[in-house]
Amino acid sequence: MLKIQNLHASIDGKEILKGINLEVKPGEIHAIMGPNGSGKSTLASVLAGKEEYEVTQGEVSYLNKDLLDLAPEVRAREGIFLAFQYPVEIPGVTSVNFLKTALNQIREHKGLDPLDAVSFLSLMKEKMTLVDIDKSLLHRPLNEGFSGGEKKRNEIFQMAMLEPKLSILDETDSGLDIDALRIVANGVNQLRSSDNATIVVTHYQRLLDYIVPDFVHVLYNGRIVKSGSKDLALELEEKGYDWIKEEVNAV
Amino acid sequence: MSDDTRILDEFTSKEYEHGWETKIDSDSAPMGLSEDIVRFISNKKDEPEWMLEWRLKAYRHWLTMEEPDWGNITFPTINYQDIIYYSAPKQKATPNSLDEVDPELRKTFEKLGISLDEQKRLTGVAVDAVIDSVSVATTFKDKLGEMGIIFCSFSEAVKDHPELVKKYVGSVVPITDNYFSALNSAVFSDGSFCYIPKGVRCPMELSTYFRINAANTGQFERTLIIADDDSYVSYLEGCTAPMRDENQLHAAVVEIYASKNAEVKYSTVQNWYPGDKNGKGGIYNFVTKRGICAGDHSKISWTQVETGSAITWKYPSCILKGDNSTGEFYSVAVTNNYQQADTGTKMIHIGKNTRSRIVSKGVSAGHSQNSYRGLVKVMNRAENSRNYSQCDSLLMGDQCGAHTFPYIESANSSAQIEHEATTSKIGEDQIFYCTQRGIDEESAVALIVNGYCKEVLNQLPMEFAVEAQKLLALTLEGSVG
Repeated sequence: MLKIQNLHASIDGKEILKGINLEVKPGEIHAIMGPNGSGKSTLASVLAGKEEYEVTQGEVSYLNKDLLDLAPEVRAREGIFLAFQYPVEIPGVTSVNFLKTALNQIREHKGLDPLDAVSFLSLMKEKMTLVDIDKSLLHRPLNEGFSGGEKKRNEIFQMAMLEPKLSILDETDSGLDIDALRIVANGVNQLRSSDNATIVVTHYQRLLDYIVPDFVHVLYNGRIVKSGSKDLALELEEKGYDWIKEEVNAV
Repeated sequence: MSDDTRILDEFTSKEYEHGWETKIDSDSAPMGLSEDIVRFISNKKDEPEWMLEWRLKAYRHWLTMEEPDWGNITFPTINYQDIIYYSAPKQKATPNSLDEVDPELRKTFEKLGISLDEQKRLTGVAVDAVIDSVSVATTFKDKLGEMGIIFCSFSEAVKDHPELVKKYVGSVVPITDNYFSALNSAVFSDGSFCYIPKGVRCPMELSTYFRINAANTGQFERTLIIADDDSYVSYLEGCTAPMRDENQLHAAVVEIYASKNAEVKYSTVQNWYPGDKNGKGGIYNFVTKRGICAGDHSKISWTQVETGSAITWKYPSCILKGDNSTGEFYSVAVTNNYQQADTGTKMIHIGKNTRSRIVSKGVSAGHSQNSYRGLVKVMNRAENSRNYSQCDSLLMGDQCGAHTFPYIESANSSAQIEHEATTSKIGEDQIFYCTQRGIDEESAVALIVNGYCKEVLNQLPMEFAVEAQKLLALTLEGSVG
């Protein structure tokens, strides 16, 4: 589904990603862990197509297309979803209005007719239960005045609505209490299928208790320096990142 | 070229939609301005002597005045002798029914999406259509007449209701008020007139569409709305013009008189030709709009969406004379390319417990300059009066300017005046958030701007709100910062 080869990316001339290699197949969940500043969020942003990052080398193929060639909105329409670490507030635009615009542009891309108001609302109702999101929240301006937990829940709700093929969760666990974490993870798990894949970017092992990954990768200094099963996450939890840093620096 | 610049360029190169011209013969005054021209216009309109005298008085006063220069706008000196002050589409004297209106003219309004055909109007909006200098058709007149509502062209009102015109014209905006209103008073050619009798709630939106068609022509229309005790009316005004290389002058006057317990809601969607993307051509829009809440508990509410004109100079104001009267001003002013807008309001609190509310949303893109200018004045008798002002500016790109000039004068210590102002840029983060969800950049900007203007758009009647939203998207699409 997704194949990243020797990906280098920089911002303002500073290289952040220094040769990432990663392959994600349908049905898989990959966790990307690593210390602060290792490039985790950059990787997520580059895959989503954020313009301030410049890709200087490497290739990314997604569903046999050159991902780097696609505009961010086309990537989204082709099924890439980024759950933002810091969801953005858009005053005056309700979640309902926002999502309807998004969903119908995605449908148009797929050659489908736009959803009418009634079908849209019933779809919303169905998906709302997944993340236990309050209806009133969706009629408020997007993320404006939302608590940290509400914002993250809203991200997963959007994910449920847009039914992506590849979801990238960027530090979705940060700022969540344990109950919210469970709800969010539960939503992600229910959306899981053999056709779609998820990349979970996280700092802590905690989230991986709920979203169990097939693979865990450690990102350090712009490279994936270690990959393993979910046990690797547990090891990291116990030992921290220093031993990995030492291993890398010794080479 | 960065992506932002590219998008900005794409969007700003979008052409003005209403830039066509109707090929109809017109009957015009000779170019230039003099007492003879004033007499010519008055004569054309077959006006009574008192109206002519009023015009001449205004003209003579205008001669003693100077063009105001305090606005945050720059433009080449206007040569007032280079303008044609009267132009009328040639058609049969006065159409008795809509069937007699020149088909070309009817096509003009159909192109604008304004059907003059009463049978086809299911929406219940009565329309007075003004092209160049004269009113060409007014719909639903009879139906409104049954309720005692007078809705007609200004010229007809002068003939048929001279006592009302005489009493109210110039009562809110005196002929000596300012340079442009004095000019208008001298040469105004037509406009709309509306009278709502005591206790009547006007059952439909009243609407005027203005279009400048003939070349080198100024448009000077005058609108007078009188709402008698306990009455209500919602009034809409829309404007367009063809694309022309030269600048055309539009100097209108709108007067609103609200008696005891009366409420008048006046909404404008102004889409005069703004000039091309290099700033060539476009309408100079110098307009005086003012309402007086003369009676206790009366209310006047201005809502405007200003997207057109090369220059906008306009301050719809309320004189809150009656006790417990309310004035409101909701404004969205959008400027792009080389447009300049200096717009805002004046709220003059005279009566006790008067309230005013100002919500102004400026959006600037391209090389445009957008200024809010507002005065809140509380007179010494205005016990417990209150004002709330909110002025927000949104910038797109780094070549445009947003300015706020709030003036507050209070002579009563019990008054409460609040002013809030913000300036922001459309964030790349906001755009990216939208595109990441599959929304293209144009739609993203439209979504964000409409969200930003929502509080004002919500004040517009439904149909107008939809039109205004589309217009905003069209004027601005994607001028990303």
